[in-house]
Amino acid sequence: MVTNVTSFGRSGLSDFVLQRVSAVVLGAFGLCVGGWFAVNPDAGQAAFAAWFSSTPMVVFATLSVAALVAHAWIGMWTVGTDYLRPHYFGRASTVVRLAYQGLTAALLFGYLVWALAVIWGAR
Amino acid sequence: MQVSLYRYDPDQDVKPHMQHTSVEVPEGSDLMVLDVLEMLKAEDPSLSFRRSCREGVCGSDGINMNGKNGLACITPLSEAAPRGKLELRPLPGLPVIRDLVVDLTQFYQQYEKVKPWLINDAAPPAQERLQSPEDREKLDGLYECILCACCTTSCPSFWWNPDKFVGPAGLLQAYRFLADSRDTATEERLSDLEDPFSVFRCRGIMNCTSVCPRDLNPTRAIGKIKAMLVTHGT
Repeated sequence: MVTNVTSFGRSGLSDFVLQRVSAVVLGAFGLCVGGWFAVNPDAGQAAFAAWFSSTPMVVFATLSVAALVAHAWIGMWTVGTDYLRPHYFGRASTVVRLAYQGLTAALLFGYLVWALAVIWGAR
Repeated sequence: MQVSLYRYDPDQDVKPHMQHTSVEVPEGSDLMVLDVLEMLKAEDPSLSFRRSCREGVCGSDGINMNGKNGLACITPLSEAAPRGKLELRPLPGLPVIRDLVVDLTQFYQQYEKVKPWLINDAAPPAQERLQSPEDREKLDGLYECILCACCTTSCPSFWWNPDKFVGPAGLLQAYRFLADSRDTATEERLSDLEDPFSVFRCRGIMNCTSVCPRDLNPTRAIGKIKAMLVTHGT
C-alpha cells in the first residue's frame, strides 16, 4: 500500500470510481446542452437563459461543475505525480510538485466559485 | 549486418555510449539475436549480457532490440531487424550495471510486494489442497510468467514510479493468487492494492502485452484486479 495525502480521495479505488462517475455526469451534461441546441436550432439567448436558469438545469449544472473539478484534480494530480519526479527535478521535485498542486487547486477553486456565481447568479 | 550496441563500463566510462559494429550473418540463415551477441562477444569478451537456457524458458536475456523489449534467444533477426540494422540496448527504466546488464532489484521488490505465494490459514490436508479442473483453468495465462521483466520495463508508468507502481509482471502474479480458489487472503491482497499507485497507475496502454515473449496478457489481469477492487470496495 502506497499512501498519498494529496490524492483526491486518498485511495486509488475512490479516485478511479469518481473519475468515471464524473465523466458520465459530464458526458450527460454535454449531451443535454447539445441536445437542447439540436432540438431548438433557432432559439436565441433569452430562450436559452430561461431554460438554463430553471431549477433542474441549475442543479444539473452545479453537479457538473463539481464533477469537472473532481475529474480535473484527479487527472492533473496523476500527471503531476508521473512527471514531476526526482528523475527530472532532483531534490527540488517535492517543492515543484507541491507548487504545481497548489496552483492547480487554486485554479480549480477559482473556476468552481466563478461557475457557481454564473449558474446561481442567473436566477 | 550493422549492429549498434549500448556499451557502459562503470570502471572506465564516464557515461554510456553506442558502439557501432557489424557481424557476418551466414547467407540464408535466420539467426537469433542471442547468436549475434555471442558472435560479438567472441570478438570482444568484455561485452556483458545475461543468458542461460537459450530457449525462452529462463528469462535471463531480456533486452531492448530496435526499440522493443524481448528475449534475445527466441527473437530471430528477421523479426528484430527486418531492414538489416540492429540496435541493442538494455531493458529501459532500470539502472544499468554494465552494457546490457540491468539491476533488477526494483523489479523484484515490486514482485515481492504482491506476496507471490499461496496464503491459506486452514490446516493443510494430509496430501495436498485440491482444486477443481474449472478453478485450475482460471490460472491459465497467469502462472506461465518467467519474470524476464520485458513487460514491466516497457511500461511508462513503471519508468515514472518504479518505487510505487507494482508493474505488469507483479500485477499478473497478484491476480494469479487472487484468482486461485485455494488462496484465502483475497481481502488482504486487495486492500494492499487499492492505493493510487500500486494498480491504478496502469493506463492500459498494453505495452506489456505487446512485448510479452510468452504471449501473456498482463493488461487483462490488471483489468480484472480493478474490477475485483470495485466489486469489493463499493
